[in-house]
Amino acid sequence: MAKISNSFLLERLQAKFGEKILSSEEPYGMLTITADQSINIEILDFLFKEADLQYQFLTDICGIHYLDQALPLGVIYHVHSLVNNHRVRFKFFLPDHNPHIKTATTVYAGANWMERETFDFYGIIFDGHPDLRRILNVDEMVAFPLRKEFPLEDPNRIDKQDKFFGR
Amino acid sequence: MKTVKAPAGVEGPGFFATSFDEVIGIARANSLWPLPFATSCCGIEFMATMGSHYDFGRFGAERLSFSPRQADVLMVMGTIAKKMAPVVRQVYEQMAEPRWVMAVGACASSGGIFDTYSVLQGIDEIIPVDVYVPGCPPRPEQIIDGFMQIQELVKNESLRRRETEEYKQLLAKYEIV
Repeated sequence: MAKISNSFLLERLQAKFGEKILSSEEPYGMLTITADQSINIEILDFLFKEADLQYQFLTDICGIHYLDQALPLGVIYHVHSLVNNHRVRFKFFLPDHNPHIKTATTVYAGANWMERETFDFYGIIFDGHPDLRRILNVDEMVAFPLRKEFPLEDPNRIDKQDKFFGR
Repeated sequence: MKTVKAPAGVEGPGFFATSFDEVIGIARANSLWPLPFATSCCGIEFMATMGSHYDFGRFGAERLSFSPRQADVLMVMGTIAKKMAPVVRQVYEQMAEPRWVMAVGACASSGGIFDTYSVLQGIDEIIPVDVYVPGCPPRPEQIIDGFMQIQELVKNESLRRRETEEYKQLLAKYEIV
């Protein structure tokens, strides 16, 4: 059982960051907070260092692209407090043109490769990252393949042309 | 016992005359050393092919060469990601002439179901391929049939294929020197 509740954590964060906590929800019981992207490191640092919180395990960082939002690109952090057995998810949204966000490597060393992966697939630039370059895709790739405008299918493919199917 | 049929030649009491092309072709075809480049499920089928039930050794391919320098046939079995492409190419370049390439399975032949940004759409984008084996994955019988096609090529090709103009042009097309 978790030693702290979702509402307790949310109140702590709202007391500390006020207006910058934009919204929150609890899909499948997991507290999910959307906040202003300028305070991403302040939030993570606060959660890491507070003696009664200690969210010291970074489960994952990933990106997302919602085409129909005003701020379409997102960075999502999952953090876990081992002492309290409690998880929380943060979402920070960015514009799709020249997206910048502060690096979490200053708080979690493990954020290094996760941020490289997010950069690789979404082109999100993590300011202050020690070594921000592609990690999974080929170095020569020029696009960010998980952005929605990128065509998923390989243009070199010739055996799926319509003429082979009588179209 | 089954033996290989003698090539065309002149036979008399105590002698048999034929051409080097024929006789060396037969020798090569029945002692091809494959280099298995197995990346996924087609590789599992190849393991069955090597096992006692199908016994690939019957075709003179008992000895797999895990070094490209001693291998004759490169058998690419499985999905080749774009990041893996330079590795396949380097393995091919390290093989000594004469060399043959077999693309086993849909992924190696055309990219298969992985029509996506990260997967090479067939190894023939980077190296020349002699025989394609379809299937997802192909059964061991199909792999053996593909290998027998390679054997036919080996038997019927000229001894120094690498000096023909056609072959040089093929390699030049892939920018392999």
